[in-house]
Amino acid sequence: MAEYNKSEAELEAVFQQKIDSEQKIEPKDWMPEAYRKNLIRQMSQHAHSEIIGMQPEGNWITRAPSLRRKTVLLSKVQDEGGHGLYLYSATETLGIERSELIAALQSGQAKYASIFNYPAQTWGDMGAIGWLVDGAAIVNQVSLQRTSYGPYSRGMIRICKEESFHQRQGYVIMMELAKGSPAQKQMAQDSLNRFYWPSLMMFGPHDSESAHSAKSMKWKIKRETNDDLRQKFIDQTVPQIAYLGLEHPDKDLVWNEEKGQHDSGEIDWEEFYAVINGNGHSNRQRIQHHVKAHEEGAWVRDAMSAYQQKKLQRKINAETAA
Amino acid sequence: MSLEKLELFEVFLRSKRGLDHKHAGSLHAEDKEQALEYARDVYTRRSEGVSIWVVKSNDICASQEDDSDSFFDPSDDKPYRHATYYDIPKEVGAM
Repeated sequence: MAEYNKSEAELEAVFQQKIDSEQKIEPKDWMPEAYRKNLIRQMSQHAHSEIIGMQPEGNWITRAPSLRRKTVLLSKVQDEGGHGLYLYSATETLGIERSELIAALQSGQAKYASIFNYPAQTWGDMGAIGWLVDGAAIVNQVSLQRTSYGPYSRGMIRICKEESFHQRQGYVIMMELAKGSPAQKQMAQDSLNRFYWPSLMMFGPHDSESAHSAKSMKWKIKRETNDDLRQKFIDQTVPQIAYLGLEHPDKDLVWNEEKGQHDSGEIDWEEFYAVINGNGHSNRQRIQHHVKAHEEGAWVRDAMSAYQQKKLQRKINAETAA
Repeated sequence: MSLEKLELFEVFLRSKRGLDHKHAGSLHAEDKEQALEYARDVYTRRSEGVSIWVVKSNDICASQEDDSDSFFDPSDDKPYRHATYYDIPKEVGAM
């Protein structure tokens, strides 16, 4: 209430002071317009990634090699749908509508994680995606549990808890293949080779190149930089590749004793920007499929609305009769 | 609405920024504004909250305990939704 008497600068000072003292920002608090916009961009991109991310794995549900693997994969894809919902709902607390978010995704104005523009070609890719793609996402999401916006933070806590099985089921697929026949082991190696570098790209450009990083760190939307998170993922993945008995895709990777971490080869940034800008293998297909599913689902939404009308009319009729 | 039969409201408190609102109890009030003030008076007398939600009890749609068997049953036989279902060797670190 006291906010009415304060100038924009004073409000911003109070806001920044909350952030600096590790207090969460809640939906009804005053916030700078740029903070709100930045959050809408990041959270909706995160939500879109969950939803588009259902496609490469959904592609393998009917072809999973056993009933058990089919139920596990189905369960994982269901989780992604649910996580998209949590994130869309949390984004809506910032005063934007679901339909606007979906329109921005379908027009290409909003982005989603580029990794999902790579096709899932083999069963081994189900292993590599769970292990590496979810693994990279979890590193990022664990950090985001401490983000400054309350609804986003609470969403991340719930999602991390539910997702803990995603990476493990992927690694189990990889272990099974790596211990299998030479052809199966080769399939595991091939999936690792194709998904390793794109997984590193999931953390975004280098800190020096990242357009949104500085502001996001000051506002504690992001808690760790792209490069720091990527380094964590690189280091944690090394023993996992070694255990599988597979070759590491990064030939320049060496342990740096002084830093206590691995030095690694450079990412192909040309590929990164090409895929982000719409020229990955599956960009058009992913959006076309989303639009198609949305349009083909129109009759369900119409039926629900018609049923609602019918129930309402019945209630009115009953009340008039009584 | 007569004085004897005021509307019932449920009260939810956020004890600290960043935490969820938790159900604290209920009270009677004429309308939502009054419910909010009553809630402040009776439920946050010792700084229990930094934010209050009041919701008309009638507006809450709740599952029924008696139906819970069939309602929640579908998730009982899906152990593979839990991380512990998958054996991961210690050598590869926490996952």
